[in-house]
Amino acid sequence: MCADQAIQEPLVKVEGLQKLYPLATGIFKKTSGYIHAVDGLNFEIADGESLALVGESGSGKTTTGKLLVRLIDPTTGAIRMQVDGYEKDIAQLRGAGLKGFRRYVQMIFQDPYESLNPRRTIFDTVAEPLVVQGIGDVAEREQLVAHYLDLVGLSPPDTFLWRFPHELSGGQRQRVAIARALVVVPTFVVADEPTSMLDVSIRTGIMKLMQSLAEQMGVTYLYITHDLAVARYMSNRLAVMYLGKIVEMGEIEELLVNPLHPYTKALLSAVPVPDPSFKRQIPNIKGSISQPINPLPRCRFYDRCPIAAKVCEDNDHPPLDDKGAGHLAACYLI
Amino acid sequence: MTDYVLQVDDLTMHYKTRAGEVSAVNNVTFSLERGKSMGLVGESGCGKTSVAFSLLKLLPDNAYIKNGAIKLNDVDIVPMREEDMRKLRWSKISMVFQAAMNALNPVYKVGDQIIEAMENHNLVETNQAARDHVADLFKLVGLDPKLMDQYPHEYSGGMRQRAVIAMALSCDPDLIIADEPTTALDVIVQDALLREMIELQKNLKMSMIYISHDIAVIAEVTDRIGVMYAGRMAEYGSALEIFKSPLHPYSFGLMSAFPSIIGDKRELTTLPGEPPDLLSPPSGCRFHPRCPFATEICAQETPEFKDMGNQHYVACWHPMEAN
Amino acid sequence: MAEIASSPSPIAGLETPLWRVRLRLLKRGIRTNLALFSENPIGLVGVAIILFYFSFIIIHPILIKTVWDPVMYNPVTGYDIETPYHPAPPSATHLLGTDPLGRDVLSQLMWSTRSEFILGMVAALVTVIIATSIGALSAYYGGAIDTFFMRLADIVIMMPYITILIVMSALFDLTLPVLALILGLLGGLGGATIIIKSQALTIKVRTYIEAARVAGGGNGHIIWNHIIPNLLPLSFLYMMFAVNSAIASEAVLSFFGLLNIRMSWGLMIYTTSYSGYLLDFSKWWLIFPASVSISMLCAAFYLVGRALDEIVNPRLRKR
Repeated sequence: MCADQAIQEPLVKVEGLQKLYPLATGIFKKTSGYIHAVDGLNFEIADGESLALVGESGSGKTTTGKLLVRLIDPTTGAIRMQVDGYEKDIAQLRGAGLKGFRRYVQMIFQDPYESLNPRRTIFDTVAEPLVVQGIGDVAEREQLVAHYLDLVGLSPPDTFLWRFPHELSGGQRQRVAIARALVVVPTFVVADEPTSMLDVSIRTGIMKLMQSLAEQMGVTYLYITHDLAVARYMSNRLAVMYLGKIVEMGEIEELLVNPLHPYTKALLSAVPVPDPSFKRQIPNIKGSISQPINPLPRCRFYDRCPIAAKVCEDNDHPPLDDKGAGHLAACYLI
Repeated sequence: MTDYVLQVDDLTMHYKTRAGEVSAVNNVTFSLERGKSMGLVGESGCGKTSVAFSLLKLLPDNAYIKNGAIKLNDVDIVPMREEDMRKLRWSKISMVFQAAMNALNPVYKVGDQIIEAMENHNLVETNQAARDHVADLFKLVGLDPKLMDQYPHEYSGGMRQRAVIAMALSCDPDLIIADEPTTALDVIVQDALLREMIELQKNLKMSMIYISHDIAVIAEVTDRIGVMYAGRMAEYGSALEIFKSPLHPYSFGLMSAFPSIIGDKRELTTLPGEPPDLLSPPSGCRFHPRCPFATEICAQETPEFKDMGNQHYVACWHPMEAN
Repeated sequence: MAEIASSPSPIAGLETPLWRVRLRLLKRGIRTNLALFSENPIGLVGVAIILFYFSFIIIHPILIKTVWDPVMYNPVTGYDIETPYHPAPPSATHLLGTDPLGRDVLSQLMWSTRSEFILGMVAALVTVIIATSIGALSAYYGGAIDTFFMRLADIVIMMPYITILIVMSALFDLTLPVLALILGLLGGLGGATIIIKSQALTIKVRTYIEAARVAGGGNGHIIWNHIIPNLLPLSFLYMMFAVNSAIASEAVLSFFGLLNIRMSWGLMIYTTSYSGYLLDFSKWWLIFPASVSISMLCAAFYLVGRALDEIVNPRLRKR
């Protein structure tokens, strides 16, 4: 990292990010409402840090990841990023600007069996970003691809260049996916559950690889996962999502010992611990997860919250406030 | 005389493929006391699901049990004919399948599917008696009995899993095998389901085999744990001992590779290499190519599955010192 | 800000030029597919029949040059003056006899094989190019393009095929190339396009397409490099069925005398028909060689198609 040019501005600033999906019902396909997949997110990611985004299914974490790489277009809101020295609202980018931006933001997908085209060689897959962005000539690309394959642990690289995905194991394929994401030297990488489909003994290898590469190359990560234990290992900050909103955010170690939001507390007590002698508390939460369809203007967690009060029902979802020392929580009662 | 509901002795099961025979399960030995639960843990390809299907003798056409005995209630089911086995399935031993959606027929109401299972075993006289039993089962697993008349797609993931558990319980079996029952579920739903399964197991004094790759879940639910690797049982002992003092280097590596949210953030170990190809597995101890402690004998001879004291079995030439 | 990775040191083993590596991979791919194909007896039977008929194309000119008198054995204008009565039954000089106009039947059969193959191949190629392009574009863009082509396909399927061809014969002068194009067009806009489009739809939602988009790939790049290559196995499969259809259609049209071709198997049957010998089984050599050949060649391509289907659709494969 260029220390003397340390960027004070956060690398990513999300403001009021919203993604709504219309629900059409009836013969005439009238819009009966909206799914609030991502419902007004505000957060920042500093340059060089690793933020873990954690939540259950329906929380909107995967949608957030896809919004940040512009695989999906946001309904409203801004995503301000430091791209190539300038701050740009990437939510507004189109055409050539969008393509140029793609050089700086990449994604690692969850399924190593699906994220590689089975008919293309490893070389073609990893070289694709270079080809599309017009980086280097054929010989230079070959060198770069080989270099990155080596970097992700696929050595010697020339034995892997001309293989097809089905000849590789899951862990090896995920390494290829990492190489592909890093070959354009991005500033920001969104990793969508990159280890959840891998065996445990392979998982740690990939996690360590991603960490060491992040250090070496100064890449900023958004690590999306449902597994809090993995999040703890991979990141220094954590954001907990529920029904399209962030309910708590802060330093991971702080959140683990001192969770403020009742949802975070329930989530933490629900995680199984690999220790037979450890007795977990029963998660303090009622009901079951609801769909974020046409949410009522009150705290989104109201119907499941053990400490819900009238103020939670009368007002819209609480803002994400700093409850002290950078520990943010969205709750009226803390 | 300990009452064992299941005794597996030297079980070996192979798959015949075009490329040769795959040694999916090899000399696996373990036993389960009545009323207790055990876990089978391992990564993909270790053979844990193959063991489960062998116990139910639900093997595909190209698979066969080459060797060994499976004694269910002291009766060896390996030589049994299919007609006799069919009587045992569901009434004596049943299974909760991974990915519940695959186990439920989408065109039939859930209640009807459970009733069908019961009728096949002639457990109920009238349709009303069957429905009452299903209602009881639903209440037992935490489902509203009214859901009996709905279709699987109207259930959520957690509800489907509960329905499949109810189905496995319907004929009051002696042994239930649960194959990754909570893998696809969110962590809060998983927690609720696990607690219920532990309750059920205690109240019904059921014997259970719990299969998972998630050792954290296994740690919470089971009394004894069998660690499988490449078709073989590497270690088998009480849950506490396996976690606190694993003897097999693979178990040790596996336990240390799991991150936890409790305690200090510690360094995770990586196991180099990949699980072996079971078409031509390594000679001797199948773990030796990846084992940091391997010596010559590990490559030459298969280690015996020995009791190291206190019913803690391990198959290793150099078991680790108990700390 | 991310640090640009230090200039990579040259990696060993990259000396082979790219094109040579790709050629090697292509050869390896063909070899694997051939091995897979050879496992299926159905496919091999089909290939054997195709090769048998293909040999006619090579053998006929050789025979004309060597054993056969080019004037007498000319499939279109030949006439055997020596034999008194035509159609003459098979003999030593005429292995399959002669037709009512005195022409050698075997010579006709062999010579027509070339036009049958050309017709089949061209029609099939046109079908597949159109169906794949439309299928890919419809699936990818959806909306108006999709609706238009799918409705068009519905119309093409709904209309009675032979009737359309008969109408076409009235509108156009159906020589072989024109016929091939029309058959190709009808095939390409019809059922094949719907099937290829549904395959393209499954490809469109694959994760590697998302990955390509994140890499910066535009629509053209994704369609050309990801969707179409994954459609090609299916397209190739449909080529086989298209050949089948083309040969059969030509036979029918020739039978009605609607084509402007000099000689084909269908025309042989037509000659038999207008000479009044169609149902005269004592003159079996007039009708059987041609009709059997049509059936056999069509069947052969169909069998090859079925065998390919098991490769393209791995679920049909036996374990």
